[in-house]
Amino acid sequence: MGTSLRWTITDGLTLVERELRQMRHEPGELVASLIFPALMVLMFGYIMGSAIKVPGGGGYREYLMPGLFAMITFSSMMAMTLKVATDASRGVMDRLRSLPMSRLAVPFGQTGADVPSGLLNLSIMAGMGLLVGWRPHEGPLRALAAFALLVLLRYALSWVGCYLGFRVKNEQVADQMVPLLFPITMLSNAFVPTEGMPAVLRVIADWNPVSAATAACRDLFGNPGAPTADAAWPVAHPILATIGWSVLLMAIFMPLSLRAYQRRS
Amino acid sequence: MRILATLARPDAGRARIAGHDVVREADRVRALIGLAGQYAAVDERLTGRENLQMFGRLHHLSRARARRRADELLERFGLTEAADRVAGTYSGGMRRRLDLIASLLVTPRVLFLDEPTTGLDPRSRGEIWDAVRALAADGTTVLLTTQYLEEADRLADDVVVIDHGRVIGQGTPEELKADLGGRIEVELADADALPAASAVLARITGTDPAASDQRRLTAPAPADLRLADAVRELDRAGIALADIALRRPSLDEVFLHLTGRTARETDAAATEGEAA
Repeated sequence: MGTSLRWTITDGLTLVERELRQMRHEPGELVASLIFPALMVLMFGYIMGSAIKVPGGGGYREYLMPGLFAMITFSSMMAMTLKVATDASRGVMDRLRSLPMSRLAVPFGQTGADVPSGLLNLSIMAGMGLLVGWRPHEGPLRALAAFALLVLLRYALSWVGCYLGFRVKNEQVADQMVPLLFPITMLSNAFVPTEGMPAVLRVIADWNPVSAATAACRDLFGNPGAPTADAAWPVAHPILATIGWSVLLMAIFMPLSLRAYQRRS
Repeated sequence: MRILATLARPDAGRARIAGHDVVREADRVRALIGLAGQYAAVDERLTGRENLQMFGRLHHLSRARARRRADELLERFGLTEAADRVAGTYSGGMRRRLDLIASLLVTPRVLFLDEPTTGLDPRSRGEIWDAVRALAADGTTVLLTTQYLEEADRLADDVVVIDHGRVIGQGTPEELKADLGGRIEVELADADALPAASAVLARITGTDPAASDQRRLTAPAPADLRLADAVRELDRAGIALADIALRRPSLDEVFLHLTGRTARETDAAATEGEAA
């Protein structure tokens, strides 16, 4: 068992190294993945934001940034699906399966490899936020806690993405799933307060994990948009809710992914 | 092949590779096999060298050993120059070679090649063939699937013809061809001798020959028919020949014969060759 755990870690790290090397060859991809959020900063921050009134006062861009942090965290899920599906459709997954390597290393390696790119993504996004006037107001510790929370959620989501990738096995299908994420992130408190939404949508939006993550960031960064008194539980207790969502997603999708990888079709 | 390479579970039956059960001892089997597929399974976003080092590491070679082995194989397969380019920029043949190398990092006891030359130009195909021969000579058992019968003929010691998932023929290429027998083809110097020649051929082959034109006759040849005998018999009958040939069938003909016998509506079929 000791040696197999050691190999799981070694093999997993080899796959993390693979990810880092890929990034080094194609730094453009990282930039490309940030174009959309950057556009969102501009579009929402300056165009839509000029007409949106933040509840409780405060600048809209301060209100928006936590939502964008949550959004790029969720869009990483689809990137993971695409990555895994590409490996599966190109036969790389079969080669890995035919190697005498640890059965756990591939899912753990793939998801683990996503963490460094997640950190990089978040720091670039934070830099962009600072440029447009966003600031964390609650001190470095709570700011770090917010980023840690986002990384945790991203890690949990990467397991969802990993599972979807194993299931679709086809990069075209995975590619087509990417835009689906847009309505999911829109149907939340990331861009506008949920109070004004129709009742049904508001319930969905309040229970959307995107909302919990956004609210948690607003709380930890001290950005405007604190939940109102009648807010649903996940928005009223966003930090706990985000941790809860992360644990729940991992509890469901870790075993599913591991099984999907090991199952021989 | 996916079952033998531990990628799929058999619906029924059992298989063993080098004495190890592919289901119960899958890890043991994985340590002994190499797999190269028809789509080159390399990471297109890494360089050739990085690909090999990564797969070497995943084969549990040490970092230094993986690097040495990668360099060695890149050299042997003429990829040293391209080694530091991203594999996505490789030509089809180069990618296939890289894929093959990736399955050789730890010299496998059994190597599975799933249509390794499909879609390759003749030169790349020749390179893959040379590599397969060299491996077989070094004692690796190669299980190769191909749609190209010529490939099976050139490489295989043992050919299994599979049609619609069933084995319909098995043996060395020579045995398979012998089963079908060859054809004797005669070209006469003079068209008037056709009836006489036809009679002689019917006698020695046991079948009425078909005339493809005024001066040409062809008939299936029994396996024991010797060319010299045919020439002698025709000569004795006073028939002047322009040309005569005893043609052994190609594996293509064997394949058509075998599949034609089992199912006329054959559309999908595969052949497997094994070089040991």
